[in-house]
Amino acid sequence: MNAKLILKDGEIFEGQSFGYEEARSGELVFSTGMVGYPESLTDPSYEGQILVSTYPIIGSYGVPDKKSWESDRIHVSGLIVSQYIDTPSHFQNKMTLSQWLKNEKIPALEIKDTRFLTQKLRDGGAQLAKIVFDTSTPSTLLRTSLLSINFDDPNKKNLVAAVSTLRVSREGAGSKTVVVIDCGVKKNIIRSLLVRGVKVITVPWDYDIFTLNEKIDGVVISNGPGDPKMCDVTIETTKKIMTKKIPLLGICLGNQILALAAGGDTYKMKFGHRGQNQPCIMVGTKKCYLTTQNHGFAIGRIPKGFLPWFINANDDTNEGIIHNKLPFMSVQFHPEACPGPVDTGWIFDEFLKKI
Amino acid sequence: MKKILILGSGALKIGQAGEFDYSGSQAIKAFKEEKIETILINSNIATIQTSKELADKVYFLPVTTEFVERVIEKEKPDAIVLSFGGQTALNCGMELYKKGILKKYNVQVLGTPVSAIDLTEDREKFANHLRKIGISTPKSFAVTTIETGLKKAIEIGYPVMVRTGFSLGGQKSGVVENEKEFFSLAKEALAFSPQILVEKYFHHYKEIEYEVVRDLYDNCVTVCNMENFDPLGVHTGESIVVAPSQTLTNFEYHHLRQLSIKIVRSLGIVGECNVQFALNPNPKSENRNPKQTQNSNDKNSNRFDHSKFENSRIVSNFELRASNLDDHPVEYYVIEVNARLSRSSALASKATGYPLAYVAAKLILGKSLMEIKNQVTQIIQSFFEPALDYIVVKIPRWDMDKFKGTSEKIGSSMKSVGEIMAIGRTFEEAIQKGVRMLDIGVLGVTDNNFNLTTDEILAKIKQANSKRIFFITKALKLGITVQKIYELSGIDPWFLYRLQEIVKAEKEIVSVENKNFCSLQPEQLLRLKQLGFSDKKIGELIGKTEFEIRKLRNKWKLKPSIFQIDTMAGEFPAKTNYLYTTYNGGHHDVAPIGDKGVMVLGSGPYRIGSSVEFDWTCVNTALNLKKYGKKSIIINCNPETVSTDYDISDRLYFEEISFERVADIYEFENPSSVILSVGGQTPSNISKKIDKYGIKIIGTTATDIDKAEDRKKFSQLLDDLKIKQPVWNSFTEMEVALKFARDVGYPILVRPSYVLSGAAMSLCYNPIELKHFIEKASNINKKYPVTISKYMTNAREIEFDAVAEKGVVKVFAISNHIEHAGVHSGDATIVYPAERVRFFSGERMIEIARQLSKSLNITGPFNIQFMVKDNEVFVIELNLRASRTFPFISKVTGVNFAEVIVDSFFDKAKEQRIKYPNYVAVKAPQFSFARMEGADPALGVEMGSTGEVACFGDTAEEAYLKSLISTGLSLKNKSALISIGGDDFKLRFSESIWRLKNLGYTLYATKKTHLFLKTKGVRTKLVHKLYDKQSPTVIDLIEKRIVSLVINLSEDYNNEGSFKRVITDGYRIRRASIDNNIPLFTDLNSARFFVNALDRYNPPAGGKDLKIKSWDEYL
Repeated sequence: MNAKLILKDGEIFEGQSFGYEEARSGELVFSTGMVGYPESLTDPSYEGQILVSTYPIIGSYGVPDKKSWESDRIHVSGLIVSQYIDTPSHFQNKMTLSQWLKNEKIPALEIKDTRFLTQKLRDGGAQLAKIVFDTSTPSTLLRTSLLSINFDDPNKKNLVAAVSTLRVSREGAGSKTVVVIDCGVKKNIIRSLLVRGVKVITVPWDYDIFTLNEKIDGVVISNGPGDPKMCDVTIETTKKIMTKKIPLLGICLGNQILALAAGGDTYKMKFGHRGQNQPCIMVGTKKCYLTTQNHGFAIGRIPKGFLPWFINANDDTNEGIIHNKLPFMSVQFHPEACPGPVDTGWIFDEFLKKI
Repeated sequence: MKKILILGSGALKIGQAGEFDYSGSQAIKAFKEEKIETILINSNIATIQTSKELADKVYFLPVTTEFVERVIEKEKPDAIVLSFGGQTALNCGMELYKKGILKKYNVQVLGTPVSAIDLTEDREKFANHLRKIGISTPKSFAVTTIETGLKKAIEIGYPVMVRTGFSLGGQKSGVVENEKEFFSLAKEALAFSPQILVEKYFHHYKEIEYEVVRDLYDNCVTVCNMENFDPLGVHTGESIVVAPSQTLTNFEYHHLRQLSIKIVRSLGIVGECNVQFALNPNPKSENRNPKQTQNSNDKNSNRFDHSKFENSRIVSNFELRASNLDDHPVEYYVIEVNARLSRSSALASKATGYPLAYVAAKLILGKSLMEIKNQVTQIIQSFFEPALDYIVVKIPRWDMDKFKGTSEKIGSSMKSVGEIMAIGRTFEEAIQKGVRMLDIGVLGVTDNNFNLTTDEILAKIKQANSKRIFFITKALKLGITVQKIYELSGIDPWFLYRLQEIVKAEKEIVSVENKNFCSLQPEQLLRLKQLGFSDKKIGELIGKTEFEIRKLRNKWKLKPSIFQIDTMAGEFPAKTNYLYTTYNGGHHDVAPIGDKGVMVLGSGPYRIGSSVEFDWTCVNTALNLKKYGKKSIIINCNPETVSTDYDISDRLYFEEISFERVADIYEFENPSSVILSVGGQTPSNISKKIDKYGIKIIGTTATDIDKAEDRKKFSQLLDDLKIKQPVWNSFTEMEVALKFARDVGYPILVRPSYVLSGAAMSLCYNPIELKHFIEKASNINKKYPVTISKYMTNAREIEFDAVAEKGVVKVFAISNHIEHAGVHSGDATIVYPAERVRFFSGERMIEIARQLSKSLNITGPFNIQFMVKDNEVFVIELNLRASRTFPFISKVTGVNFAEVIVDSFFDKAKEQRIKYPNYVAVKAPQFSFARMEGADPALGVEMGSTGEVACFGDTAEEAYLKSLISTGLSLKNKSALISIGGDDFKLRFSESIWRLKNLGYTLYATKKTHLFLKTKGVRTKLVHKLYDKQSPTVIDLIEKRIVSLVINLSEDYNNEGSFKRVITDGYRIRRASIDNNIPLFTDLNSARFFVNALDRYNPPAGGKDLKIKSWDEYL
């Protein structure tokens, strides 16, 4: 079925649909990862975004069982690839990508020149877009009204509220307890903590963790979608944690939240970092790590008392901060990987050493 | 660090080819940037690394410990690098190290520690090392009894592979599924071998490879991962390979990536390393890599932790992954690690745009990855892993047809002689480009008019062979299911489904109201182009010409997009000039160069007859265009070349050298002209079409080229100019052909215009052979005439290389073959200056060259092959392109012929006469017969060598010996086997036999030779031929290495029965010599030349008379 990707600047791209046929809008972003589409699609940080895969051939190994996803559902608003593969081959394949997208009501298009889209976003910055369908075919007749959907700016919404858990949950056993503030947490953050033998309590983004009535040995502020400044409640909670000097690890959005809570500032990047090959240098060393990233905002002003911990080797942007005395640290990249290289898993160890 | 010695890889051979010219060249550039003096030892004269512009000093000498030690003694370098010259350099370096030579001269080995190299080279030690750090390797046990074997089989887990120890050819080897089968096979095997090997069997496992770089600060990245199309069991050099991997999940990709890094760290590699894995596509729970394997590495991994943050537990990743192993079952084995630049790393460089060799060279100087600028993008540094937004397919090129007696089966050892790399946005697009790039006459993967039954086709799919992909598409056409093909071949269904897509599209276009041109819709045509179909193929399918389809495409504006390879998938605006075309796109990344541009066509895949020497000319032509303010646009598709390196041309198209693609690029770039004469035969082949289409070809016009290439026209021209040529004619009837042969007298040279299989030409000594050859190898009829020419025995063959401008010869060089005419010029030993050409003959050749040049109005390179018999000069052939000998001639004369070519194109070539030198250079062929199981190593009219070397000397003998040693000759003792057919040869070789005798050689001879020599008063030890059924036989002598030299001369190897498929003793002697790595001479002249050289220099005595002089000391 013929469909279109319409950009806010008016440019239109024709495509072949292979997902659910319902118009959707979102912020158009690209990711340069070559593997891991099931992980990316289920990453809550992509909430509200239409994802363009720069790797042209997608769907090759189908979709694995839910237990290896990064959350319970697909979070992207739409998916754009150059070639969709409907004949997956892998022993863990449970269904085709197309089937999955249809089940989850996510539109997806095959647009040949994804490189052009990428360059456009790179040069002009991320922009709003919508996927719409040809109304002439009967299957979409019922949904004609959806054609006229607006360009919704996801960054103006509190996306974190939309993806965060609604309840407190407890997993694992261990003498130490780590609270994970779920701003859209990827499951592998929790898995990474559990495997290190701690008890994990996951709480909603706006939960007052001090009502838990439990000894908290450490707090992880998770990744999540959108503008960190939307997470006012979490920022306030973070301030409290800092006054109590509880060891703190921020990841991705959590990194930005920590910066804001400590008096630093964040800004929206032109087109962000999305991919699995972002090099981060540990400041003051000759050590560099390859990391997975998925963010459109970054730390600008580093808060007082903190030092830059990592910087991006390509564009010198900040990739993490660490307090000069207290056990507060955060990283812009994803130490839990999934998708991407697993080179920075030691960040969790470093954090747990402080508790 | 002031002075570095670099070891090259020597001649191109199967398994070690042009990729090391690329890696060595990049290393030299990287060192020079750091103001380090570079000394290079490499006998491969056709390479680009041995150019004046690169290493400060070049020694055209064998890469052996003896010679390298003497160079070290003379040059006193501070350090040596071993990782840029393939296995040759690595082995030589290890030996230098072990013998204490490096220590003696205080030479430091840069990069990966020698201990690590040593570890990776010793299978058992390495397996133990890997096991220690918790990494799985295939289990293998040598046992001597059935009982222990059974125990080991259980330990490994069925099915297991049982192999016989100490026996050639894999007799009594096989896969056993259970105890019962094991018992019966092991019993049989142990009956004639004292030992059997019980090994883990990997049925249809995937083969995955990672290229890793590591710096001195323990920073590590994997630059590329690759997946083999063919499952394990087919050598990676023999397999179709894609990058990046297609069928791995995120977990598999990163799990194997992490393991690669772990291995590299554990070895302390600095520079580049590759790791190959076997991966079970469908792991059963009992075989999965156990969790504890993943955990048992804590103690070992801390060794390289430098950061305070990591000291605690860097391995926690593994624990983390271990927890996930329940969700992500994985069963892998490390099958190989190369602690050096390899063929795969060259491929990875070209596939990703990450200059691995350059970076590796900087790393071994102690730079960190972050300090090295990304040379391709010029924006970022080198610590990153390239993100591809395209797919790359590598396909090997085989030349099995060139080797009489060998099969097209492929397996665990390499037989391919070259490779291509194709880039597309879909696998379909890339694979179709790829098979065309091979230049084997196919238009796409669906070209498969095999006249075979379904069963035969299925058998061809099961047993890997050089044409398997075409059998697969044939089977798909016949409706065989993907599942069935997967079961037979083990090729992942992912790839098979992609091929099916192509087959389906072809079926559709043929079935839907086909033949009706108008029915082809723009969308349909676009779809076919997106699936990689060529215009010609589409035309063929619907009964139109390539030009008609092109017209249609132009009308509908269906043109390929020009995309950059930028290492970053478009994330950053890169300045890269590295391009490919795709129909899966809608814009161009670059703007046309316009009339400043000049296109230079490369030579395509390396193969027998076309290899690095054409790359040299192509590169030098491109580089010299700068002089005239022109921008070079290179088109080539061979990842082993320097011409496809990022800094050689202004624009590089990694593309097909076909009319369609050249025209596409021409129409896009709008350059002033195209150069077709510096890339060997491949670009020459399309000159007519290019010209007809109206593309401006620089140099000699297509009409004049045709005059030289059309045998009839050329023959007429020679007659008109009163230039002699061997008598020839073409025939459409056998009887007439036989009469002609009788009249001119045998032997004759036969060239069919249509070849069914095997050799394209043959030497025939009698009517029976002639008839047999024509009947077996070809057809004779009106459509396919056969050309027969008189073959002159005992004639001398001469190479005349020159450059002309507007019909005036500007520069030339003459060199002569050692072997008699009849041995293919590519297999001949060539001497410069032509010592054996009389002044008078030489003058005649120059005169002929001037005449031909004038009448064909030549501008640019040309090469004439002359024959001299009884002081008369005959022309055999004229090629209006740069020949194989151009780099040799350029380097030994000191005149860069490629530069003169470019000058001639711009009317600026100066006339120069090269001074007669006071040194001699000899170019010798490198054969790879050992790789071609069963092939007859006798020299003939068909080329068989895979590479060449050339060395200098004060005399031809000195240069020849150095060259021979460079190709692997080593004489372990003073004993030789001599077997000579025919009294003429016996007589003519007898003087050499005397010399050998005087040198103290023990001589063994077969009966007739023995008796003959007895009459001449030379005592030899009699050995028996096999049919004598007496020992010792010739084969015993060779296999027990009693002799270290075999001379087997025969006038007519055909007559020995290869037609009748009778295996003769001559063949057995030759084959056994090759299989046992004993120097073999089959040509009278080269054997005589060799004995003379031995007599004069006596290398077993240390060869100290062979001088260590650098290139510039000679010139």
